[in-house]
Amino acid sequence: MKTEIKKQFRWGLLFFLTPVLLWLILLIVLPQIDLFVMSFRSENDAGEMVWSITNYLNFFHEPIYWLTFVRTATYSILVAFFTFVIALPVAFYITKVVKPRFQGSLTLLLLLPFWVSEMVRVYGWMILLRESGVINHFLLKLGLMTEPIEMLYRDSTMILGLVYTSMLFMVVPLISVLDSLDDSLIEAAYDLGANMWSILFKIIIPHATPGIVSGSIVVFMLTLGNYLTPNLMGGKNSLWFTEQIYNQFIASFNWNQGSAFGFLLLFLSSLVIWIGLKLSRQTLSKVVQ
Amino acid sequence: MDIDLSAQNVTKVFEEFTAVDNVSFEVENGRFFSILGPSGCGKTTLLRMIAGLTEPTKGRIEIRGENMIGISPNKRPVNLIFQHLALFPMMDVGENIAFGLQRRGEGRETIKRKVSAILDSVDLSGFDKKKIEQLSGGQQQRVAIARCLVLEPTVLLLDEPLGALDLKLREQMKVELKKLQAKIGTTFVYITHDQSEAMVMSDYVAVMHNGKFEQIDTPQNLYNKPQTPFVAQFVGDNNIWSGKIRKAEGLSAEIETDDGSVFKTKVDKALKPGLEVNLFLRPEAMVIEPDKCIEDLNRFEVIVKSILFDGANSRLLANPVNANTEILIALPQNRQYDYIQINDKIEIGWNKKSGICFKKNED
Ligand SMILES: Nc1ncnc2c1ncn2[C@@H]1O[C@H](COP(=O)(O)OP(=O)(O)O)[C@@H](O)[C@H]1O
Ligand SMILES: [Mg+2]
Repeated sequence: MKTEIKKQFRWGLLFFLTPVLLWLILLIVLPQIDLFVMSFRSENDAGEMVWSITNYLNFFHEPIYWLTFVRTATYSILVAFFTFVIALPVAFYITKVVKPRFQGSLTLLLLLPFWVSEMVRVYGWMILLRESGVINHFLLKLGLMTEPIEMLYRDSTMILGLVYTSMLFMVVPLISVLDSLDDSLIEAAYDLGANMWSILFKIIIPHATPGIVSGSIVVFMLTLGNYLTPNLMGGKNSLWFTEQIYNQFIASFNWNQGSAFGFLLLFLSSLVIWIGLKLSRQTLSKVVQ
Repeated sequence: MDIDLSAQNVTKVFEEFTAVDNVSFEVENGRFFSILGPSGCGKTTLLRMIAGLTEPTKGRIEIRGENMIGISPNKRPVNLIFQHLALFPMMDVGENIAFGLQRRGEGRETIKRKVSAILDSVDLSGFDKKKIEQLSGGQQQRVAIARCLVLEPTVLLLDEPLGALDLKLREQMKVELKKLQAKIGTTFVYITHDQSEAMVMSDYVAVMHNGKFEQIDTPQNLYNKPQTPFVAQFVGDNNIWSGKIRKAEGLSAEIETDDGSVFKTKVDKALKPGLEVNLFLRPEAMVIEPDKCIEDLNRFEVIVKSILFDGANSRLLANPVNANTEILIALPQNRQYDYIQINDKIEIGWNKKSGICFKKNED
């Protein structure tokens, strides 16, 4: 009797799981394997496809490629850092300063921009920042400038856009980690003679480290893999690594090279995160909690 | 003696609610001063105002004669031990204790020396590398105390620090705290809702009720000469009869209780006949089966309802004959009263000097 129910249950589970498994295998695992295989094949001098690691070596031999990656990674780290610097006071304000009954609505307010697509948000920024945009218009009207300036297509603007896009992914883990910080710890530190900065660096940040690290990982990964914002807001002569991959696939039609870049991006970004975890003395399991 | 801490007309209003209502007191140097009151009466709020974590709505707080209003907590020469200790879990014991010293910018060597000296004096030598969560409740307690004492505050504020401990440990820590305070001589302001803690440890106790101080006195006086009905009821156990004054003559009066007994008692001030009063009587003020020849005793008969054995603190729970009021009577454990059984009728006597009489409140 019991085993029958169990059997039924197992069949039921399988029934519901099948579409999910199929979806995972057909749409994610198989293409990945295919891409992985592809990345190790390239044309030899005779023009025939052979196994080789040329695609990977290209990355290291051509400075344009690895420099793009270094640039992308550096900017992504910067974006994660700026996002953290802005998100910490926001999260602190929401969890510790505001009356509890307003906390929910304030968090919702933070979520609001994410109800529109990234594309729309980026265009919003462009309307604000471009040469004939809203900000220039007002600055001119106020007589603060005589000539409009182009604020778009600079690295700083791109970082601004990326930070804006990433805010939520930093604020949410910070809110949850600061929520668990007992207010009396802050007060005890204050009572023992600490000023604002030592409370921040000795109490709040050490307590919030798991949240900071998990937020930073998410922001770093999302920024690294972002295509739209760097493409639309970034400078014309500086490439994001995803654009490099896109170029290989679409412009050069070199799928082998493109997939090698894709896996390099995966591997190198994991490496960066691993180093980050080691430096902050965190473990992945603690951070994902 | 020097006054370490003085509060004048301190008031704190949260929106509509007055948590601390016009409280004034002074604490002399080296005293163990307790504030005793039921939970929610405003003790923590008062302590936080002294520490500077909450600004008073009105009033003045002085430490060694210096006005503290507007001075932030990190600049005040007082330290607070929080109700739940608030030890820093991200630091070990040594770092916790060194925290305040580092903030003052003291040298590495000095800090090391002071930390190990203070750990010695709270019997935790060699614990400086331990994590907070590795310590027992009592040890955490002592770390919290050491963390404040190492800064040599003028006044140490303690917010129910023994509340989280189990009974046995609490009894032990009570004595230890008192000894520690006597040894180092720092002024302690200790708040608690546990009257035995306050009585055992303090030189002076203030009884707080609904944000007001009802009485500031020595533990002995609070117990023997309560000045308000609340103090009489809150400090130690008391039996209460409500009744009316039948006859009054200077500082003695005859009271007819609602359950029909007539008692003679002393009163603090002359009360008019006919006035509604409450009569308070300690369980130990009652003598079981008093000698027939002792005069001047109020005598009445009770029926024993149950025997509450609790070692030296044993009592009888009884009803006066023909009445439902419950009274507690101390039952000395000298084997003299072993014959008493449930439902026995026994005679009780008490001296009129033991009674405490207050006019009934309108509320
Ligand atoms: N920040 C606050 N805002 C509003 N009311 C408060 C605040 N802090 C305390 N109270 C109220 O003040 C009263 C006294 O609180 P508290 O001082 O903590 O009492 P105790 O420590 O004696 O238990 C309580 O009724 C509490 O609800
Ligand atoms: Mg309290």
